[in-house]
Amino acid sequence: MNIATSLRAGPDANGHFGAFGGRYVAETLMPLILELEAAYEAAKADPAFKAEFDDLMTHYVGRPSPLYFAERLTHHLAKVAAAQGQPGGGAKIYLKRDELNHTGAHKINNCIGQILLAKRMGKTRIIAETGAGQHGVATATVAARFGLPCTIYMGSRDIARQAPNVFRMKLLGAEVRAVESGSKTLKDAMNDALRDWVTNVHDTFYIIGTAAGPHPYPAMVRDFQSVIGTEAREQILAREGKLPDLLVAAIGGGSNAIGLFHPFLDDSSVRMVGVEASGHGLESGAHAASLAGGRPGVLHGNKTMLLQDEDGQITEAHSISAGLDYPGIGPEHAWLHAIGRVEYQAATDDEALEAFKLLCAIEGIIPALEPSHALAAIARMAPTMAADQLIVANLCGRGDKDIFTVAEALGVTL
Amino acid sequence: MNDRLSARFAACRADNRAALVTFVTAGDPDLETSAAILAALPAAGADIIEIGMPFTDPMADGAAIQAGNLRSLAGGTRLRDVLAMVQAFRATDADTPLILMGYFNPILAYGPDRFAADAAAAGLDGTIVVDLPPEEADELVPHLGAHGLHLVRLATPTTDVARLPRVLEGASGFLYYVAVAGVTGANAATATDIAAAVARLKASTALPIAVGFGVRSPEQAAAIAVHADAVVVGSALVDAIGAAAAERANDIPARVGAQVAALAGAIRTARHQEAAA
Repeated sequence: MNIATSLRAGPDANGHFGAFGGRYVAETLMPLILELEAAYEAAKADPAFKAEFDDLMTHYVGRPSPLYFAERLTHHLAKVAAAQGQPGGGAKIYLKRDELNHTGAHKINNCIGQILLAKRMGKTRIIAETGAGQHGVATATVAARFGLPCTIYMGSRDIARQAPNVFRMKLLGAEVRAVESGSKTLKDAMNDALRDWVTNVHDTFYIIGTAAGPHPYPAMVRDFQSVIGTEAREQILAREGKLPDLLVAAIGGGSNAIGLFHPFLDDSSVRMVGVEASGHGLESGAHAASLAGGRPGVLHGNKTMLLQDEDGQITEAHSISAGLDYPGIGPEHAWLHAIGRVEYQAATDDEALEAFKLLCAIEGIIPALEPSHALAAIARMAPTMAADQLIVANLCGRGDKDIFTVAEALGVTL
Repeated sequence: MNDRLSARFAACRADNRAALVTFVTAGDPDLETSAAILAALPAAGADIIEIGMPFTDPMADGAAIQAGNLRSLAGGTRLRDVLAMVQAFRATDADTPLILMGYFNPILAYGPDRFAADAAAAGLDGTIVVDLPPEEADELVPHLGAHGLHLVRLATPTTDVARLPRVLEGASGFLYYVAVAGVTGANAATATDIAAAVARLKASTALPIAVGFGVRSPEQAAAIAVHADAVVVGSALVDAIGAAAAERANDIPARVGAQVAALAGAIRTARHQEAAA
């Protein structure tokens, strides 16, 4: 496939993916955003930058992460297929084990890339926003590793439901600042991180955790996370001798999903499904499905699909998973949705909990609530597929951080 | 192009004084009180009025204006209410320039074309859209131009010589110099820094220079008024509105008026005192 028709060529020079993306920031930040873009382009062209990134990926993060054949999950869903009278017999399911990374999620991939860039730019202070706390932990981790002071903004509601990760960040030397404004979740943490950045532009590097924000962040985060899909592509070809039929990943901002999908975008035989969090159900209004329930708008530096009222006021998202509890989505996903290359589905809190319990019980893996949404979609789709078809799902985080939330949802007192 | 702004700047220049620009959020603490505050501002000495359009996520604003936005939204303020308030103001005041300041998403949701048409019809003079840099402005600028509305741009301490021409391209009305890299209501810049910045900007543009961010007291306003064409005060007024609303005061417009009168008095004498000193 030539470059001009590749779906992997975006964004354009101004950071647009079709009608989405861009740089919607206050003028104070514009020179910084432009400087960041130039620094990132230079780093990408520097073999030494890639070498250092790869070395840390191997020896610090623990990559490549395994591509695991989930045999018992496959058999279980084959039985479901038989019970449903599905003719195909159910697809073969592989899990990309990014939950085995250092710090327990895919978030570290991006943090390694960005802190190397911060170091290259001579920045001496790190800030980040976090929802579930995985990105905060990953940022605090790399800040400790590189000896830079670090401040993490986290909504006070998320602090309450993710206490273990708050403690982890503090152990790693980060200052965790509780954000009390708005819905007190990820979107508000991002507002406050942007306020910090605009106030401390001279020395501070903002490590954005998802494939959103002003250009170049969506492209940069995607590039660092694409290690997931690049590995998975090699691994499945080595293991099965063919490309997968279906890729599945959960979507909040969408960094793990774009990381898995992007290296396959030009493989037209590969179907891709991103799974949004529909919380209590799309019709309830209490959900985080910005593609299914949102409209185009501008927030946090980019134009994308947003949950908002008819006046353009941002509405609160809901998901049992703090990591998906965001009213927007990365602009590249908004574009892939608009052009129909990637299909987007949704899973409710209850469906995610069922999938969470299933994976614990039959694979001995405690998944995070975020990829549990992807697993819920697999539980629906795998039985409708043929036995010789392959699914690769991104198990983007481990569930240790979520045991308190799950216990509460199941009515268990710890 | 609508010329209330240039007429007002010319009048202030003839008086050898800077203009006082006051910022309040529409609908803060409620629509009725907000309309009364607006009506009281010109008599108290405000030369130009910036009206904040409330937004749920005002990422360039500090605590004071965030709180003002949320008070307004809690009362159900919508963009059409803001425009109705502008129209009511304009019915009794034909001369005071009104600038709407806010974020792009409510304008996008309203429809940029419809926004420009309705804003111009209501008697607005221009807009400042904080999160719409020149690179992304094509979706709004042609509509503003078609309806004779000014697009006021922001320059900041991070706007270097390479960046400034991009900011000035298509800017009109005045140039708003954000005196500190930070959010609204932050610490003030020094008068020396501001004087240098204003001189630097004046070398590149004929637009009047308004200076804001961190200007709270009459003394600070006077120090800036020596150098700049206009001084913007926002967070200090919004803070006072918030405090008065919290104690359920029924004289909020009068209190804001007194605060504005003190600022206006300081600005009106600033250059004469500087010359006498």
